[in-house]
Amino acid sequence: MHLREKFLRAKVAVSGANFAVAETGTLVVVESEGNGRMCLTLPETLISVVGIEKVVPRFADLGPLLTLLPRSSTGERMNPYTSMWTGVTPGDGPQDVHVVLVDNGRTHVLADPVGRQALRCIRCSACLNVCPVYERTGGHAYGSVYPGPIGAILNPQLRGVGSEVDASLPYASSLCGACFEACPVRIDIPEVLVDLRTKVVEAKGASAEGVGMGAMGWLFGSAGRLGLAQRAATLAGRLSRGRMPRNLPGPLSGWTNARDLPAPPPETFRDWWMRTHDADGTRRDGSDR
Amino acid sequence: MSARDEMLARIRTANAAAGAGPTGRLVPPVEVQHGDVDLFCENVADYRATVVRTREGEVAGAIGRVVGDLGIGSLLVPAGADPDWTTALGPEVSVLQVDDGTAISYDELGAVGATLTSSSVSVARTGTIILDHSAGQGRRELTLVPDRHICVVAARTVVDDVPDAVARLAALGVEQRPLTWISGPSATSDIELDRVEGVHGPRTLVVIVVDDD
Ligand code: SF4
Repeated sequence: MHLREKFLRAKVAVSGANFAVAETGTLVVVESEGNGRMCLTLPETLISVVGIEKVVPRFADLGPLLTLLPRSSTGERMNPYTSMWTGVTPGDGPQDVHVVLVDNGRTHVLADPVGRQALRCIRCSACLNVCPVYERTGGHAYGSVYPGPIGAILNPQLRGVGSEVDASLPYASSLCGACFEACPVRIDIPEVLVDLRTKVVEAKGASAEGVGMGAMGWLFGSAGRLGLAQRAATLAGRLSRGRMPRNLPGPLSGWTNARDLPAPPPETFRDWWMRTHDADGTRRDGSDR
Repeated sequence: MSARDEMLARIRTANAAAGAGPTGRLVPPVEVQHGDVDLFCENVADYRATVVRTREGEVAGAIGRVVGDLGIGSLLVPAGADPDWTTALGPEVSVLQVDDGTAISYDELGAVGATLTSSSVSVARTGTIILDHSAGQGRRELTLVPDRHICVVAARTVVDDVPDAVARLAALGVEQRPLTWISGPSATSDIELDRVEGVHGPRTLVVIVVDDD
């Protein structure tokens, strides 16, 4: 009742919008309780702040969108109230109407061939409800008003991958794909997550991990180099006689905190194969016949 | 360069960089399907609105009974409503005719027993009623502030699904009017996805469905 009094006395209201129709200039608010209606109807001045991705070309496009949104959002056939308005209607509702269209990083997203699909989002929250990561972390972990799988691909695109939380969001996923399956507008969230991981790595530039991976790539790139490295490892294993360290030093210790460093075997697989097999691949002792 | 030009330029550059998306009509034209009126009534009732079915010529009687049953003392009727609708009200009911120019405070509106309106389009599959707030439906506040809304739905205005309703609104040429889509009385589903009634909008919704003769 207290809130109702405030609604009845307010002179200015600020709203968002779920959709904006280019063809007619119509704004649409989809809601449940009626507080949206109060806000859109009773004050003298209405200021609507709308992201540019909410713009759809035609009035007819509302047909499928208004069908999808409540069903994917709360599982209802339809939400209790949907309001549409186009500018000022003399004698009905606010007589002073403003629309603020917001870019704030959205054109940056739009320019990305992979990431731009995130702008299709209709904020139904279906991907949140099925996400095993969101289920355990909750919304605050995403550091933004957009939580869950969609937040994990939208925030790093809108804000860039500079901050710690934005650089970590693309990794906050097992890439299980449940979000993609639930999404009514077919946003391939796992695809965008993987693409963003590339961007995070590129933005970081040279890192210990990058150098390590590069070295591994060089090593695995040639059979001769791999053989040498393996022989060195088994030699080290034999010389240390089981006294190999169980933990790695420095930044690599993170990996061995929860795992044992495996001891190199006394013989590599390739050496074992050469010792026990003929050139045609059959076992010398005939045990595979 | 204005902010608007700057933004439009950025959008064009972005679209060019990423390759244009789909162009032209995204949604094929809809041939409006008539709705199943039984289904409409079932869905409206399922959202805990009261449904009364009646026939052309018997609407006034139905309204009189609803108003009597709810013990409504004052009935607000927007200009343009069928004058016959209020002919069967009991003598204790005062009728408040409101036209576009009538100033009425929110306190007065809040004290009204119910608002009686017609409707523009309804949707069978979702149990939705759409007001375009033209004659007989009144400006938006008249069906928002009072606690009860009695809404008359003509069976011939019931369409099948949401896209049919969108197409019908466009065909009626009312897309740019204020439009209110109502699916049951005020409710919230935000808490654990359970629908809880009565938050801000009217708590009682009575739908009088008038079958064609
Ligand atoms: S990404 Fe898809 S599923 Fe998630 S909120 Fe947006 S539209 Fe809904």
